[in-house]
Amino acid sequence: MSGKGPDLRVNIGPLGLKNPVLTASGTFGYGREFAPLVDLNRLGGVVVKGLSLRPRAGNPPPRIVETPCGMLNAIGLANMGLEAFLKQELPWLQQFDTAVIVNIYGHSIQEYGEMAAGLKGAEGVSAIEVNISCPNVAAGGMTFGTDPDISARVTEQVLEKGDKPVMVKLSPNVTDIRTVARAVERAGAHMLSLINTLTGMAVDIETRRPKLAHISGGLSGPAIRPVALHMVHQVVGAVQIPVVGVGGIMDHRDALEFLIAGARAVQVGTAHFVHPRSALDIVEGLERFCLERGIARVDDLVGTLLCP
Amino acid sequence: MIEQDLKIAFNRRVAARTFLMGIWSPEMAGLSGPGQFVMIRVGPGMDPLLRRPFSIAGVEGKEIFLVLYQVVGRGTALLSQVREGDRLSVLGPLGRGFDGSTAGSDPLLIGGGVGIAPLLFLYRSLGGKGVTFMAGFGTGPDVVPVQEMGLEKGDIDLSTDDGAVGHKGMVTDLLEARLAERAGDVSTIFACGPPPMLRRVADLAFPRNIPFQVSLETAMACGVGACQGCVVKTSGKTVAYYRACREGPVFDARDVDWRSL
Repeated sequence: MSGKGPDLRVNIGPLGLKNPVLTASGTFGYGREFAPLVDLNRLGGVVVKGLSLRPRAGNPPPRIVETPCGMLNAIGLANMGLEAFLKQELPWLQQFDTAVIVNIYGHSIQEYGEMAAGLKGAEGVSAIEVNISCPNVAAGGMTFGTDPDISARVTEQVLEKGDKPVMVKLSPNVTDIRTVARAVERAGAHMLSLINTLTGMAVDIETRRPKLAHISGGLSGPAIRPVALHMVHQVVGAVQIPVVGVGGIMDHRDALEFLIAGARAVQVGTAHFVHPRSALDIVEGLERFCLERGIARVDDLVGTLLCP
Repeated sequence: MIEQDLKIAFNRRVAARTFLMGIWSPEMAGLSGPGQFVMIRVGPGMDPLLRRPFSIAGVEGKEIFLVLYQVVGRGTALLSQVREGDRLSVLGPLGRGFDGSTAGSDPLLIGGGVGIAPLLFLYRSLGGKGVTFMAGFGTGPDVVPVQEMGLEKGDIDLSTDDGAVGHKGMVTDLLEARLAERAGDVSTIFACGPPPMLRRVADLAFPRNIPFQVSLETAMACGVGACQGCVVKTSGKTVAYYRACREGPVFDARDVDWRSL
């Protein structure tokens, strides 16, 4: 430990981070968009906007709508594609001393494998985060992440074809998130992140149209935090692999709730739209919290929840 | 692009549901160009959650920038309660603004409602002389007194739906009449307003090959190009989108798909 401050370093399975605060995929672009406002060197890591094998234009607008204490989005996984990312964005990101976690998705199990293979040997990629909350073309558009067996097969494919530590991002839109968590763990995932957005919708009562062109979208923001926290707590009790907490974290107090409930790290997402410096503020807030209470290592807080 | 907690210099009602806010920030005032916007956090709580985008309506002195807004929902209602001396978190200036360098000798500015906000800034940056400025409003009490923004009453051709002030009808009627009179004179059209008005402007500008820059309003979350929430469909043959916050909010009108607006 350097200096007198608390030790913020955490290990999430094979992935070592300088602090437990990551940016959530889709809310921080490729890092570049926020770099004028945030020193990326001070973040635990950047999880980049979800990538697919080929570029994708995404859904027609309107793609977002505000809801009470949250927002719905149906971006449609718009992205530049893996190749462009490796050429244009990754080299730029490598200048920073922060973990780069590449979020990937596919339209078939095979495509997930191709994505993992495409990232094999990619310098400066610390881990892969696998988005299983997208439609499985072969299963009529049902999301991969709602089926434990298919989630496990996606995980196996990414592990088999790639060479990076694998974090699987779980969907909350299931009956029991522990079932998928256990299946993915058995398949060999190194880490889990949860939760992805909760599916929701909103209607314009004047036009009687859905407020999103896609009709439904993913709910994020502080509105979903209690749900996310509960699911993290459930999953931490159901698996051995480390869990990263995501969902409506706005400040360091929110982050602490997740750490105490057993998450080894957190991802900060929608908060960036409210305060671009949210992730960094949370790093500083955690440091202050530990300092004020004489906690030597932030890791000492993980899983310290006292249940009656 | 900066994010700061800024002090409100004034926030006053200038028309029925329209307010003019002045915000202290020499940095922001210095960086801002016509057509650019800011994202303002309208309150300290979690609901409403997201920042609201506002066109920059001008710069006063070197220290204050202006925001002209209409109260349309909860966010703007909260904003209207803000008092002199209060502080608000502002992110900006953002986006690509108007390209005044191609305005030519006879630029024409046309705005609907608070859509005049970025045009007021543009008008002053173009120097005013030789610039035609047309603005349409709903009814008399909706008309924004442009003298508040350093313009003269005579600088602007007005229309209202009910004829309470200026021409009775659409502001695009004024444009149509002007073009019928001497179309060749208009070097560039700069427009901002509700989509039906903009479509009418496009219908008039395109057949005459008049260069046309349009500022488009969309729902936004991040304002910096990360979330891809604010997109506008491009006019290209393959499906593609521009981010209004980065590639816009001002577009060359030929680059966007008008049928999708």
